[in-house]
Amino acid sequence: MEFFERFAVPHPSPLIYASMVAIGLTVLAIIFGITYFKKWGYLWKEWLTTVDHKRIGIMYMISALLMLFRGGADAVMMRLQTSVPDNTFLEAQHYNEVFTTHGVVMIIFMAMAFIIGLMNFVVPLQIGARDVAFPRLNALSFWLYFAGAMLFNISFVIGGSPDAGWTNYYPLASNDFSTSVGVNYYNWALQISGLGTLMTGINFIVTIIKMRAPGMKLMKMPMFTWSALITNAIIVFAFPVLTIALIMGTLDRQFGTSLFTSTSGGMDMQWANLFWIWGHPEVYILILPAFGVYSQIISTFSGRNLYGYKSMVGSMVIISLMSFLVWAHHFFTMGHDAFTNSIFSITTMAIAVPTGIKIFNWLLTMWKGKIRFTVPMLYSVAFIPLFTIGGVTGVMLGVASADFQYHNTMFLVAHFHNVIIPGVVFAMLAGMTYWWPKMFGFMLNEKIGKWAFWFVSIGFCFSFFPMYITGLDGQARRMYTYSESTGFGPLNMLSFFGAGVMAIGFIIIVYNVLYSIKNSPRNIGDDPWDARSLEWATQTPVQEYNFAITPEVESSDAYWDHKKKGYQLFKGNIEKIHMPNNSGLPIIMAGIMLVFAFSFVFYIWAGVIVAAIAFLACLIYRSFEKDDGHYIPVSEIKETENKNGGAN
Amino acid sequence: MKELFPAKQVNGFVFSLVLTVIAISVYFVDMSYEIGLTILLVTAFIQAGVQLIIFMHAGESKDKGSIYTSLFYAIFIALVTIFGSLLAMVWGYM
Ligand code: HEM
Ligand SMILES: [Cu+2]
Repeated sequence: MEFFERFAVPHPSPLIYASMVAIGLTVLAIIFGITYFKKWGYLWKEWLTTVDHKRIGIMYMISALLMLFRGGADAVMMRLQTSVPDNTFLEAQHYNEVFTTHGVVMIIFMAMAFIIGLMNFVVPLQIGARDVAFPRLNALSFWLYFAGAMLFNISFVIGGSPDAGWTNYYPLASNDFSTSVGVNYYNWALQISGLGTLMTGINFIVTIIKMRAPGMKLMKMPMFTWSALITNAIIVFAFPVLTIALIMGTLDRQFGTSLFTSTSGGMDMQWANLFWIWGHPEVYILILPAFGVYSQIISTFSGRNLYGYKSMVGSMVIISLMSFLVWAHHFFTMGHDAFTNSIFSITTMAIAVPTGIKIFNWLLTMWKGKIRFTVPMLYSVAFIPLFTIGGVTGVMLGVASADFQYHNTMFLVAHFHNVIIPGVVFAMLAGMTYWWPKMFGFMLNEKIGKWAFWFVSIGFCFSFFPMYITGLDGQARRMYTYSESTGFGPLNMLSFFGAGVMAIGFIIIVYNVLYSIKNSPRNIGDDPWDARSLEWATQTPVQEYNFAITPEVESSDAYWDHKKKGYQLFKGNIEKIHMPNNSGLPIIMAGIMLVFAFSFVFYIWAGVIVAAIAFLACLIYRSFEKDDGHYIPVSEIKETENKNGGAN
Repeated sequence: MKELFPAKQVNGFVFSLVLTVIAISVYFVDMSYEIGLTILLVTAFIQAGVQLIIFMHAGESKDKGSIYTSLFYAIFIALVTIFGSLLAMVWGYM
């Protein structure tokens, strides 16, 4: 029995026991459901072993949405706890665990998964490719991410959640102050999903550099593809830093080194330094694809090509370099001299300039355009003013001397939610709605979608604007409660109200999906939005091979030219198509990695060793495996093309 | 005969051996810590350049543009990270 004691939750509460039961029942229900409807074979053949970038993209997005609800539930719990002074709904320890989980889930498992999901689905279509450069690696990326997400999510029912914040600062995260296995979970969950992300980075850079359709010069790529290229470059340079920092943290916690302690020659603030060397580029990893999505949507629904294409690209390149120059603004108050703080302060403010250029480009794209206020466009239009507020408060925080006042208050919390929600989350909702017909062959209901938009965006304002005020009045972040005499009560109640409105908005989105599955018309054609770039030249829903004939392209709005200027996209004849084979190896390897990491979290060395050997065996197997893919014969392609009314 | 003899590679090989000898000499010759470290850093960077250009054929293929771009990008970020960290954690730390 002693062996099992380590899995007990260190700070149990009725809420946690209820979740255990709920998780258990859900898993059973899913297994039962799949078995009952005899879907195991279908699931395995069509999804779990797939290497198709479109399906992997969809799986990323489904996981991201699940994580959005997990993180959202945490958010509502936090706002509920702080809605009135001296509340006792959550105690301090639980509150710590909840905000830590919320932050990690939202950034790493929701936002990252969402952008990578969209990139997966859209980028190969936009550049006229049949898949990514390394399809099987892509599947491995997804399954590693998924394993990381699952590992992190079971922490609160097995062994205890991390409780040192998503930033996980030492010494708080050390064994002395964080005594459960929670931070081990943090280290390993981020480690394995981070590996997946790094592979995605390499994969997409190669794909975009090497696999563009004939004629698509770099400066003729659609803007979302550009943003994906830059984002993945940042990923490749930023994520190794996180990898190393997490290994160092693991060494400290599990092998007794003192890298992040202030005794024995270690340095506790070194963690903060390394974390933010990764962390600040990470926020740009999140926002750049969002910029790409907005660029596509705004240009489509303004009926104009994107204003200032070159300056858009240039500003992204500059942002990608500058995002590595500013990280110390996250710890201005750590104890630097004025000279050091000034340097990082200036770089921080400078990065707002290229961001501002992009804002003007979007405005000028809409200028004199014939705007259609569809759901994706509504999100994009709301993004511009809301994100600008977030940017301005960012510059305020960037003033080092003033930051001593704002740092670690609710003002900071308001800032980053103000850039992340209208920036990233709106973009993901907009992008999902925009590309939905390509993914599933029907559209989401516009009317319900607009209702959801208003709930989400008005809820956002009520939820986060009050925090600017309480933050300036001195309400610290991450405090589980406050006394009545502080006067923070009413504004926090307002914030809880806003969170509730947002939550309703998200529920409406789910309802919209269900409603549209049932009621939306299926005969929508290939181009329901009257869009411009190459992905719309495919059939709806997209065939396995994307394009029957490789398109030839002369501009970033190739499909628009095809429609309006009679430009011929598909010049060749149908030939047999080479496609990669499905493989069960990625999901198996990720499963082994999950066992490895789980055992590591709990110091079960036997499990670690067995899993490591199994993993190695998979690598060796893969090295000697002969897999040349398969060909789709011309007759089959012709048949599918004719059945669906053919693209050309 | 001239085209058959890989003069560039042989010269490069000799040059990289010379660089190695200079680097090793830091250990045997008596000199101050600063001078030693400077020699090591300089020879290391030249060595990396020799390897990349002569033996890894950077710049010989069609995609030399992307190779050099990513190389300079990487060097830039490495330098920024190292000197930025030194600034934040050592020099500028009170
Ligand atoms: C105009 C551009 C921006 C500027 C000048 C800026 C500036 C800053 C500064 C100075 C801080 C640290 C404040 C403190 O800790 O006291 C900060 C925190 C933060 N910012 Fe920004 N920011 C900008 C844009 C963004 C964007 C686009 C994102 C994400 C998409 C973002 C996400 C964050 C996050 C997540 C944190 C803090 C996380 C934490 O401590 O938990 N920021 N920002
Ligand atoms: Cu930052």
